[in-house]
Amino acid sequence: MKKNELIRLSGVVKKFDDEIVLKSLDLSVADGEFVTLLGPSGCGKTTTLRLIGGFEKPDEGDIFFGSQRINDVPPNKRNINTVFQKYALFPHLNVEQNIAFGLNIRKVDRKETKRRVAEMLELVNLRGFEKRSVTSLSGGQQQRVAIARAVIQQPKVLLLDEPLGALDLKLRKEMQVELKKLHETLDMTFIYVTHDQEEALTMSDTVVVMNQGEILQQGTPIDIYNEPANAFVADFIGQSNIIPGIMRQDRVIEFLGTVYDCVDTGFARNEPVDIVIRPEDLLLIDRDDRSVQPADRLLKGRVQTCLFKGVHYEMLIETEGFTFMANSTVACEVGSEKYLDIDPDNIHIMKKSSIETVTELEHRRELDPSEPEEEEEAER
Amino acid sequence: MRGSKAFSYPYILWLLLFTVVPLFIVIYFAFTNDAGEFTFDNFSYMSLYAVVFWRSFRLAIISTVICLILGYPLAYIMSRLKKKHQTIAMILIMLPMWMNFLLRTYAWLTILENNGLLNNFLSWLHLPEIAIINTPAAVGLGMVYNYLPFMILPIYTSLTKTDQSLIEAAKDMGCSERQVFTKVIFPLSIPGVLSGIIMVFVPAVSTFVISKILGGGANMLVGDLIEMQFLGGAYNANMGAAISLVMMVIIMIFIWLTGKIDKNGDGEGSVLL
Repeated sequence: MKKNELIRLSGVVKKFDDEIVLKSLDLSVADGEFVTLLGPSGCGKTTTLRLIGGFEKPDEGDIFFGSQRINDVPPNKRNINTVFQKYALFPHLNVEQNIAFGLNIRKVDRKETKRRVAEMLELVNLRGFEKRSVTSLSGGQQQRVAIARAVIQQPKVLLLDEPLGALDLKLRKEMQVELKKLHETLDMTFIYVTHDQEEALTMSDTVVVMNQGEILQQGTPIDIYNEPANAFVADFIGQSNIIPGIMRQDRVIEFLGTVYDCVDTGFARNEPVDIVIRPEDLLLIDRDDRSVQPADRLLKGRVQTCLFKGVHYEMLIETEGFTFMANSTVACEVGSEKYLDIDPDNIHIMKKSSIETVTELEHRRELDPSEPEEEEEAER
Repeated sequence: MRGSKAFSYPYILWLLLFTVVPLFIVIYFAFTNDAGEFTFDNFSYMSLYAVVFWRSFRLAIISTVICLILGYPLAYIMSRLKKKHQTIAMILIMLPMWMNFLLRTYAWLTILENNGLLNNFLSWLHLPEIAIINTPAAVGLGMVYNYLPFMILPIYTSLTKTDQSLIEAAKDMGCSERQVFTKVIFPLSIPGVLSGIIMVFVPAVSTFVISKILGGGANMLVGDLIEMQFLGGAYNANMGAAISLVMMVIIMIFIWLTGKIDKNGDGEGSVLL
């Protein structure tokens, strides 16, 4: 249990008809935390959010708000508000009336309502839009109204269901920064749902990676990125090279017939494992360059492609048995031979997971194009 | 898309021949006497028929209100059924409309008349018989029966179009079930209600068959009056045209007023606005 725990899900199971959407989920959210539920579509993240909001009831398990069990508390009796995916603004009300909606329901007096609505409009940068019809607003503006409408209720917890999904890239980046700022200003707990790994890493205190109704890993963005718990997380959080290997002994790993030093310990001797190497961690060197270990002990590969990506070059390096993706600010000539030098710190070793291997994952992506887009990965 | 305009020519021709030209003929007749001279007499004599106008409007308004009271809850319940059941309910509502209008109305005559099914049933129960046929009540009943689907359908359409997430948002904002209805569902269904009102009121105020069959001669409505001027004993086409024109203006004002109420809506869900 966390310090200042505010929301706790314990053994929560949710089924729709006979399909199990959540398999015994345990989740703890601390007061004031920015938690992001991250996962591909259909992983159960939105269902988890709707359970916390009160729009769904768990089939098994309990949901606690502080020390109170809230399984059967309807949404209107929870001190939780939601920013809906498609904003869900009331089309028959103008901007001001939308924002004031909750206060009017609670019969807050008019002067107070007016003051707080003005405050909210200020907060979300929509001063002067009071009388505008919500249907005449742009997506970004509607999103701000939706946020203001929820935040004015002063909930303990704000639930955000892919709130930036419908916005274009530039606006999304701006709103990410604004949401983060808002979280710092408001002293509210944010539970945020997204399938965009970059969004999750940018904004959250804690990222919860989900797949197929289960939590795969929970941790700070840095932990999740640097120490993915399994191949799925590694693959979902950014591009990576995932290779099967064998742990020869503590701090020694063998993959693709080559032995590298690493920093991991605690595996059984000769245990089969998965290895993650981020593209930016692959150093491409020539035979006579200085390296961590002698060059003749490194993997040798041929540069297949070299694409300019703005800040870096993205290269595919073909070795015997695997094609690596490498990012570097220095371009390598296509066709040239390079040695793959890897700092022991950057070789991430993970237990083999039974959840879903990378091959299966890629196979599923080919079948279902609606899965999160990382086409380069699928080409490997 | 330059050529596509041509596709509208047949309809424009139709409109000219069968709507615009007849309208001018009606206006011409309304402002002339049988000798073809210009006159306002047709309008000044119309006050004789004030009682008929009043009766028509009163009955049409009452029928519309009853249709609304019956139709709204039905449409609401329907919109919350499972999809499959919604289709069944829809067919049940439409089914009587597939039967001939006259036939339906005559069926009511055999039910309501003094020796009809209703009174047979009442006497079988040893209850006093009622004399409902040839009363305004019978005419009103006929109107409600015939026009109720026109109230239900637009309301149902606007209710089913209401986004489920708006209902969740309302609950999220602290609304009880009742408040969800009064603050969100009902306001959003107003365009449907207004178009239902128009679709019931307009035919109800100008009907002549229902009043003729179920009201006997005693409950003449404006529709009967107009028919009488053209085909019946009064035979005064000029008068008939003038009454028609007045009715048209009144109905136009009514629709315009209804549109005013819907100032917030964008006219979605309404058929005539």
